[in-house]
Amino acid sequence: MDRYDVAVIGGGNAGLSAALTAREAGARVIVLEGAPRDFRGGNSRHTRNLRCAHAQPDAFLTGAYPEDEFFADLLRVSGGTDEPLARLVIGRSAGCPAWMRRYGVRFQSSLRGTLHLGRTNAFFLGGGKALMNSYYAAATRAGIDVRYDAEVVGLDISGGTFSAATVRTGDRTETIRAKAVVLAAGGFESNIDWLREAWGPAADNFIIRGTPYNRGTLLRLMLDAGAQAIGDPKACHAIAVDARAPRFDGGIVTRLDSIPFGIIVNNDGERFYDEGEDAWPKRYATWGSLIAAQPEQIAFSIVDAKAIGRFMPSVFPPVVANSIRELAAALALPAQKVESTVATFNRAVRPGTFNPDTLDDCRTEGLLPPKSHWAQRIDAPPFWGYPLRPGITFTYLGLKVDAGARVQMASGDAAANIYAAGEIMAGNVLRKGYVAGIGMTIGTVFGRIAGEEAARHAG
Amino acid sequence: MQAETLRLGQHVMTVCNACRYCEQYCPVFPAMERRLTFTETDLNYLANLCHNCGECLYACQYAPPHEFGINVPRTLARIRLQSYEEYCWPRVVAGAFRHHGIVTACALVAALVVMMLLAGGVTAPVDGSGNFYAVIPHHVMVTLFGGVSIFVLAAFGVGMRRFWRNLDTSRIRGLTPDTGRIWGLTPVRDVLTLRHLHATGVDCTTAEETRSPWRRWFHHCTFYGFLLCFASTTVAALYHMTGSVAPYAYTSLPVILGTSGGIGLLVGPAGLFLLRARRDPALGDPAQDGLDEAFILLLLLTSLTGLALLVLRHQPVMGLLLVVHLSTVLALFVTLPYGKFVHGLYRAAALAKFAAEEQNDR
Repeated sequence: MDRYDVAVIGGGNAGLSAALTAREAGARVIVLEGAPRDFRGGNSRHTRNLRCAHAQPDAFLTGAYPEDEFFADLLRVSGGTDEPLARLVIGRSAGCPAWMRRYGVRFQSSLRGTLHLGRTNAFFLGGGKALMNSYYAAATRAGIDVRYDAEVVGLDISGGTFSAATVRTGDRTETIRAKAVVLAAGGFESNIDWLREAWGPAADNFIIRGTPYNRGTLLRLMLDAGAQAIGDPKACHAIAVDARAPRFDGGIVTRLDSIPFGIIVNNDGERFYDEGEDAWPKRYATWGSLIAAQPEQIAFSIVDAKAIGRFMPSVFPPVVANSIRELAAALALPAQKVESTVATFNRAVRPGTFNPDTLDDCRTEGLLPPKSHWAQRIDAPPFWGYPLRPGITFTYLGLKVDAGARVQMASGDAAANIYAAGEIMAGNVLRKGYVAGIGMTIGTVFGRIAGEEAARHAG
Repeated sequence: MQAETLRLGQHVMTVCNACRYCEQYCPVFPAMERRLTFTETDLNYLANLCHNCGECLYACQYAPPHEFGINVPRTLARIRLQSYEEYCWPRVVAGAFRHHGIVTACALVAALVVMMLLAGGVTAPVDGSGNFYAVIPHHVMVTLFGGVSIFVLAAFGVGMRRFWRNLDTSRIRGLTPDTGRIWGLTPVRDVLTLRHLHATGVDCTTAEETRSPWRRWFHHCTFYGFLLCFASTTVAALYHMTGSVAPYAYTSLPVILGTSGGIGLLVGPAGLFLLRARRDPALGDPAQDGLDEAFILLLLLTSLTGLALLVLRHQPVMGLLLVVHLSTVLALFVTLPYGKFVHGLYRAAALAKFAAEEQNDR
């Protein structure tokens, strides 16, 4: 007899949502978390909020966020979606915060804080790690078994039916049998070899913003077992991060918001893209790919004294100099070239009224590439420089699922007792772009569906 | 401040300021967000705003063993201790903060010797009337404790003045006398309710996902117990001036105030002492265990001897008890400016500055 009804592989938001829901239904549940306890929670530990539709303001959300508006926001960025699944996520998003609060999750008050997403997103008090702490405490209280350092390295699947998982903890390997399995182990963004398959040697210069434990082992096992893939295997979400960031797990603090306030040059000292194309929140996720396409996958943000204090401070100090020449030298860039780039840019700047809150009329003329907004001469020392690299947030390739979170096999049939939730299936809803907080919405909604369905199957 | 502590404080606050996930836990984070860089002054201010509740350590994605190694409660506790030393008057005794256990013990012994000498040996009045002044005359008590109080108040005054000046309040409207503005009763409420030990929310962290109201309640017992004892002494002094001389009846105002205060000072410190053992050691600065424990034990000893004195004041042991109780109170008073007590003063000042900054931003 199986000791467990439901095995949940992966201990992030989606995994714990599935585990708690399955337990609610009376199932005997085990969570297999690949990371050690201190780093449990996958990329959820770096998140901060969850996007949710709602009809009226409450203590955590301002105004109203109708489902149709949410769907429109998603369509604008997602590059296509599975509409029924997207509608399912959005429709169930409204109920997420109340369910989460039952497990001790706390949300920030919408009344104060430096937030501009207070209408659309509910913010976890203390962020994603606090959220995961609450979930793990609730799981322990509920009698769910949790294993840390438990990497799943094999799955027994035949004809779309799961029977057991092979789990490695240190040197020890064991077999965990269960009547149903929920796959919630994230994407493959911290598997550099796999990234290299998609990006070539450039991947060696990528920084992985999140957990080093999302190696895609489970995704690979499932694809090899005949599961149907969804999403572009080469697509990933990447932003500009400080090049001095740690290789893994740097999280939110390595991100740089200085780009619209100055110019960006590559390793040759040349500009390569419009830094003022659109409002920063809409464009910050384009810069990861832009920098990835530059020589050595590196770029440099250069601002002058006028920009200081206008963007969120980065965790690494700026390189500071009193002239562009000195700054270029300090950044190991060709000084003459950078000087001429800045001089050309300064000559092209037209007079305007600078306003960082709108698409203002400060722009360049006769410059390629142009800077369409917030273009101000870079002429007031001290000059600040930051080195930038592509920072990968997550990958889009995943497992195709149906509305019951059941994994679809390449044969066209649904797997009998295999369910997926979270980043490993987010590609069903997001093909190439995302809106802030929707990853946690997908994880919570599909986690709960997967937990419920898995428990029902096992029961 | 030691260069290493300064560097650590700046590192921690720089990471926090780029993250800001903790911004709704307490005032430390909104106060931090108003700054881009962190001087020694800023760190002293932030450190004294911190109530050491611990929420931000457990919520931190950069907490050890992450390579950034962020532990805000412990870092700010270390800075807080150095700020106590920095503002201490006279500065030559600033070392007391690091050797508080020994200092407290020495103060107790010295106070005992002084009291013994003043009492001329321990003798209870034979009549059992409970007349304390037969053991130590009233004018001797007044002179001794009056003198010590003046010294203690002077030390507090200088310390607070140094702290306040160091806070750089010049930019804050409402703190400069010329504007005549006040910044409201917010800091007073914050102190009296311990609002930032989550009086309005879900209580205080003792370990990850373990929260209880007890730290706040035991602190309330201690704080209000102390105030009630102080009130009792003040009322008794007024009685004495009007010719009503101790010992007072159980139903008299000084005894009611003193008894309830004494019980508070018994329950509060005892509770805080027990809670310390259950707290996650990662939240505090181990170098300050002595500072915390010596103060707690001295308060406990004060209330124990005081209550014993009340109950046994008509017994032969009264003389000995009075000498021990007064010695404890004397040691407590003398060490107030050089021990844990100062956290209340600097915390209140930091909260006042925070309230003013909040009002400025509105």
